Amino acid sequence: MMESRRFISRTPLHFTILVFAAIWLIPTLGLLITSFRDPANIAGTGWWTVFPKLFSGGQYSLENYIGVLRGEGLARSLLNSLTISVPATAISTFIASFAAFGFAWMHFGGRKILFMLVVGLMVIPLQMTFIPILPIYSKLKLAGTFPGIWLAHTAYGLPLTTYLVHNFMAGIPKDLFDSASIDGASPFMTFWRIVIPISVPALASVFIFQFLWIWNDLLVALVYLSAKPNVAPLTVSIANLVTNRGQDWELLTAAAFVSMVLPLVVFFSLQRFFVRGILAGSVKG
Amino acid sequence: MLQSGRWRSWLFVGPALLLIAFFLVYPTIMTIARSFFGRGTTLFGPSVEFVGFKNWTYVFTNEIMLTALRNNALWAVLFTTCTVGFGLILAVLLDRVKYEKIAKSIIFIPAAISMVGASVIWKFVYAYRPAHIDQIGILNALVVAFGGQPVGWLIQRPWINNICLIVVGIWMWTGFCMVILSAAYKNIPKQLLEAARIDGASEWRVFRNVILPLLAPTAAVVATTMVVQVLKIFDIVYVMTNGNYSTEVIANRMYKEMFNFFNYGRASAIAVVLLILIAPFMIFNIRRFARQEGSR
Amino acid sequence: MAEVTLTDITKRFGDLTAVKDLTMCIEDGKFTVLVGPSGCGKTTTLRMIAGLEEVTQGEIRIGDRVVNRVPPKDRDIAMVFQNYALYPHMDVYNNLAFGLKLRKAPKSEIKDRVQEAADLLGIKDKLKSKPRELSGGQRQRVAVGRAIVRKPKVFLFDEPLSNLDAKLRVQMRTELEQLHHKLKTTTIYVTHDQVEAMTLGDRIAVMKDGVVNQYEAPQETYDHPVNQFVAGFIGSPAMNFLPARVVRTSGATKVTADGFDLTIPAARAGEFPEQVIVGIRPEDLDGPVSDEQNVLIVHVTVTEQLGHALLVHGDCGGQQIVASLDPHRSVTIDSVVHLSVNLETLHLFDFESEETLM
Repeated sequence: MMESRRFISRTPLHFTILVFAAIWLIPTLGLLITSFRDPANIAGTGWWTVFPKLFSGGQYSLENYIGVLRGEGLARSLLNSLTISVPATAISTFIASFAAFGFAWMHFGGRKILFMLVVGLMVIPLQMTFIPILPIYSKLKLAGTFPGIWLAHTAYGLPLTTYLVHNFMAGIPKDLFDSASIDGASPFMTFWRIVIPISVPALASVFIFQFLWIWNDLLVALVYLSAKPNVAPLTVSIANLVTNRGQDWELLTAAAFVSMVLPLVVFFSLQRFFVRGILAGSVKG
Repeated sequence: MLQSGRWRSWLFVGPALLLIAFFLVYPTIMTIARSFFGRGTTLFGPSVEFVGFKNWTYVFTNEIMLTALRNNALWAVLFTTCTVGFGLILAVLLDRVKYEKIAKSIIFIPAAISMVGASVIWKFVYAYRPAHIDQIGILNALVVAFGGQPVGWLIQRPWINNICLIVVGIWMWTGFCMVILSAAYKNIPKQLLEAARIDGASEWRVFRNVILPLLAPTAAVVATTMVVQVLKIFDIVYVMTNGNYSTEVIANRMYKEMFNFFNYGRASAIAVVLLILIAPFMIFNIRRFARQEGSR
Repeated sequence: MAEVTLTDITKRFGDLTAVKDLTMCIEDGKFTVLVGPSGCGKTTTLRMIAGLEEVTQGEIRIGDRVVNRVPPKDRDIAMVFQNYALYPHMDVYNNLAFGLKLRKAPKSEIKDRVQEAADLLGIKDKLKSKPRELSGGQRQRVAVGRAIVRKPKVFLFDEPLSNLDAKLRVQMRTELEQLHHKLKTTTIYVTHDQVEAMTLGDRIAVMKDGVVNQYEAPQETYDHPVNQFVAGFIGSPAMNFLPARVVRTSGATKVTADGFDLTIPAARAGEFPEQVIVGIRPEDLDGPVSDEQNVLIVHVTVTEQLGHALLVHGDCGGQQIVASLDPHRSVTIDSVVHLSVNLETLHLFDFESEETLM
């Protein structure tokens, strides 16, 4: 892109980008720094005042984190978030893979229409589903349980996940299937020993995408876990913290950061997959 | 297509279809029906009476509901234009600098965190202290530094606080739009742009007459995705203001009717309103998808 | 090892008939080539034999078993695809072994067969490599190897050399010939390249629009094409076709047009309609000009020196022709040359039906 650099003068370009980057970084930075300061400092001075003496040790501590994990029960919530997100994502990806393969490569009546329906349902607002399901959940004693929310998240995620995986699987060359057919592979064998191994990059992207979505979810947790504190994930706990301890920034910032660590780690180490998951199906080529 | 008995295919798609039928199809139909019935926390049954269009009248005439509808409209317009607009600008600008990857990551990070986390971050940014003591929220600190009075950002109704909430959303979702638009932008053959420049077009003209039209389809898809997101917006409002001070939105209203006021009838009606608002975009998406599949 | 018999095979895709009433018998151990232009139905026929397409009408037998309803994996066939269809996530060994593994063959047997095939094809040192690490030629060998290990009754090849560059194609062609000579498996080979057809086949089936026009040994097809299409398809550069009139004078039959006046040898003459198409292969114009009677009068427009032959393009009485001459002859552009016609290999086609008359 050598030539185009002549055409937009460099200073305004860099300046604009800098402004955007600043707006995007500063809020998070504020949160991070504050989470290490003690309550007195937080209430007294703005967090930006640490900058002249940014690296002098005395003013930081892990007190807030300990307080929020032990005192406010966020350690429990962290565990809950994991217990909710990992199985739900795994089950969802598993079922979606089978369905995507069926829609892409198997022959049955109404295949096209059913698939369009599945994908179209992507847009149903979740609000449309809570009222009829909750009474059934109560009766089946699923309300407030992990299996209950696993099923819910799986079902809600199926349209998009199936669509993304299908997109990938449909692109596998037909020759491979012909060859497997002649080699003697049954549809299941073909699926399990050829299609799945080839689809690993796509499945990884979808898995990470789904995982973050469920980890960051608030609404479904609020609805299905009946605000029972012992099964509440981080999102619910922090929301409650904001309501009850709205001015205790030392707790809030630490809590928020606890909820952000895992997604940020996943994001930075696996950004490739995450982005690919988003791009799948959005742009041709 | 694979040679196989039909029944085996159903084994593959069956579980997914069953889950979807139970969790998406069946409830949708039931909720629509329920919206014509009254208060209570059961689906149907003896305690639930038929009320016809009473819930619907409420949804479209009640003051708070109207505020919510107005706010969602504001969200739809502001949020979508900014996320897509900024996303587009950033996609084009960042393509021209060496530090593109880092910059993109910075803009994209908020997409990885929860809206709850973002709400806490920005609540802190908007923090208010009375004028005579030091500010701890960076926005008010800037205002004071420039000689102004601190503002209760989340309390200033009716426009300022809503815009402040929308800013959080924009902060979170611009990265998403940017990534998609950037990929589409990089897909434009460089030779097309070079040809335009040789033909004498200025950078602005190239942008307006070549880049924009080619990105329009992708931008349309991204925009519809954003609008659908924003009509359902819940987390940010729930955490930061819980709908108070005139910041109510439809999804939050529905939640309140359901869990605070125990009026499943009204909650259903509100949910159906959401569905109706989203329906046109759903149709657009399905049509586009059918066109894609048709070429396979 | 088995015979493959196709009886009245028809394949319809909705309104389109891809293959029409095809009947042929591929003898045990023979190498048959299905050749023809795109869309002639050769690949569809192959896929029906493989079981990858359903037969609309007709019967396919492998050996004496009717296989119409038998799934591909039970037909005891193996197929090599144009794009090789190698499993990208498996190494070469596993690609070769996959079919055997599925059939629950014992490990030692799998090992033996894979080694044997790898040996035969010269890819023994690549067994641990993945397909993406191999060159086009090597991938093709693996694809062939996959077919060999199964020791099937029939080999099916679907344009396997099309994706290789010209030099590699020639090399692989000879290797396939040697392979067939060694293994002697019944082989059905699809290609659009008539050179491959001529060199590889024991018999070649020339197809057009779903119909087999001629099914004979290569030389026979070259010498005695049944119609104009086959005559023009087989042989490169293609046969020249010149419209002419048949004139019967006392005792002699002649074919005449603006650029020539040829006398048909008595032994070959017969009942001919008035309007005919004369067919002369470019290589049959290379003889010495013995009598000025039986020549083509050609106004030269282009010459192409190939090294082993000189191609002369020209105009003969308004028709464009090509002649393949001895490379040392000197022919200049815009000159008029007289090219001697080999009357023994002259072809005549019916103007309407395009069938061979002579």
